[in-house]
Amino acid sequence: MAILVGRDTKLMTVGVTGKQGTFHTLQCRDYGTNVVGGVTPGKGGMTHEGIPVYNTVQECVEKTSANVAMIFVPPPFAADSILEAIDAGVPLIIAITEGIPINDMVAVKAALKASKSRLIGPNCPGVITPGEAKIGIMPGHIHMPGKVGVISRSGTLTYEAVFQLTQREIGQSTCVGIGGDPVNGTDFIDVLELFENDPDTDAVIMIGEIGGTAETDAAHWIKANMSKPVVSFIAGAAAPVGKRMGHAGAIISGEDDSAEAKYKVLEECGVIIARSPSELGEKMEAALK
Amino acid sequence: MNVHEYQAKDLMREFNISVLNGGTAKTADEAVEVAKKLGGTVWVVKAQIHAGGRGKGGGVKVAKSLDEVKKYADEILGMTLVTHQTGPEGKLVNLILIEEGCAIEHEYYAGIVLDRNTSKITFMASREGGVDIEEVASKSPEKIIRVSIDPSVGFTPFIGRKLGYGIGLKGDALKKAIKFFGGLYEMYIAKDCSIAEINPLVTTVDGDVIALDAKLNFDDNALYRQPGIEELRDITEESEQELEAGKFGLSYVSLDGNIGCLVNGAGLAMGTLDILQIFGGNPANFLDVGGGATKETVEKAFSIILEDPKVTAILVNIFGGIMKCDVIAEGVIAAAKSLDLKVPLVVRLEGTNVSLGKKLLGESGLAITAADDLGDAARKAVAAAKGEL
Repeated sequence: MAILVGRDTKLMTVGVTGKQGTFHTLQCRDYGTNVVGGVTPGKGGMTHEGIPVYNTVQECVEKTSANVAMIFVPPPFAADSILEAIDAGVPLIIAITEGIPINDMVAVKAALKASKSRLIGPNCPGVITPGEAKIGIMPGHIHMPGKVGVISRSGTLTYEAVFQLTQREIGQSTCVGIGGDPVNGTDFIDVLELFENDPDTDAVIMIGEIGGTAETDAAHWIKANMSKPVVSFIAGAAAPVGKRMGHAGAIISGEDDSAEAKYKVLEECGVIIARSPSELGEKMEAALK
Repeated sequence: MNVHEYQAKDLMREFNISVLNGGTAKTADEAVEVAKKLGGTVWVVKAQIHAGGRGKGGGVKVAKSLDEVKKYADEILGMTLVTHQTGPEGKLVNLILIEEGCAIEHEYYAGIVLDRNTSKITFMASREGGVDIEEVASKSPEKIIRVSIDPSVGFTPFIGRKLGYGIGLKGDALKKAIKFFGGLYEMYIAKDCSIAEINPLVTTVDGDVIALDAKLNFDDNALYRQPGIEELRDITEESEQELEAGKFGLSYVSLDGNIGCLVNGAGLAMGTLDILQIFGGNPANFLDVGGGATKETVEKAFSIILEDPKVTAILVNIFGGIMKCDVIAEGVIAAAKSLDLKVPLVVRLEGTNVSLGKKLLGESGLAITAADDLGDAARKAVAAAKGEL
């Protein structure tokens, strides 16, 4: 396997009997992911589309040895489901749900720090190791196995990058959507470190956005620790100031978090910049030569 | 979601956070009535719009007689207030807040916000209040006291002491400030705020600690469990198109340019604006149709884009994941027919069911310019907007 997920993955879906949960779990299984179980409180004991359903995450883990939980629970209850998966000791939790209240995620983040679980997301497309396992909502067919890792805060931009790579016959080791929310489980640096230590990854595409300092923090980490080339695009150079960002939000960092400011730091730290999202594939092709 | 100052202060009263007495008015006569009821000899007349910098723009006046209350109310009501946050077009003032005056001893700053770096709620306070706090943060960050709050523990008195002593308070004022800070945090959590900013927070010569201004923002994701907050929404403060788009699950932001954009996914939508700009174009809007769009929502998206008279071309950029290209194609065809589309349309489809989507568009008989990839799409859209396609 490359990073996070692969042939060893035993997937359970929390919220497996819902419309979205069902659809995407079956898509994951069709791709070749080993789906071992699902969780929906009150529906334990039934078999849904051939998948055994349990009332609790704990029970599902005990009966199926599931090691990855995909969260497909509506926003009001999603944080609780993540906490349940943490409590059950699930090593990897991937939360697809969009729209979880921020204060709920602040509590989840604190619980994560005191646990051995890793959370990817929420509000993310998931994680795929092409040819091995797909956990999430990304279209599997655009990927191909290979040696470029992809990390992104955005779903569709990840697909765009992957598509450009595959068109050039550059395969991907693992593609990780870390999600677009201000509080998420795993940040760029966590994934960059995994890619740096992964013998199956030769280079990385990092797709960021305006807001926060995750990309500039990653840039400094790359400069200090990364031996593999990194190509980066930051979405939002044309976005109006103050439209997405709260007034007080920028005070915390005391820094400018525009796309331009992020590009500047990334460039200073030796990251290869793609100023247009259409250049990601060709920049990576050049970097690999 | 944003609320007005008077609404923020009403909420704060529920949490025993000290604010001045006041009332709102829509006419100058009402303003005088409010002032009479409040009593005293000094009142402050404040424009109620969702933007900061109201004082500098002439939207806050101190009145020393009832005649002055009437005069200032007359001036402010109906004025178009321009501040650094309203944009050059300004905002029409329909409502004013009349507050009792107070004898200010010193102006401080207090604010609660999410620190994205630590994923914790962070409490900030400064002795430098009543000024632009971002400037304080960049010029002398040491003047801002910050305390991260452990979500499982919440606010404890030491946090209040750290903030209070940190900004130079002592004695009775310190005790009142600790109570104030505790109340503010309690409200922040209970009401799912995303920003609670008190600038200035003042001490008075009578020894009180009072919020002179208040800015509260609320987490949109949590509004489902805050029905009372949702009721405070002032739709006149929000863009009609953005509201309309929101009803259909579309995320829309109006921009200055002339190329209408319809994209799926926030990241790709931002990236589309970026690449248009790189190719010398100027986007008219950000529009993310989301992953669950139907033929009807795509049609709605088109009608919202076309309401903007500046639009001279439309770019549809779809990378189907959950979103299927044929669904988008059906929506595009329906919209082009029902809305009698006159501006050139450039469509780039990729991903799930792409061949079916392209086939539908090809057979529709519509004058659609197909694009092969993202770069090609941007180039063609920019040319189309200039009438050069």
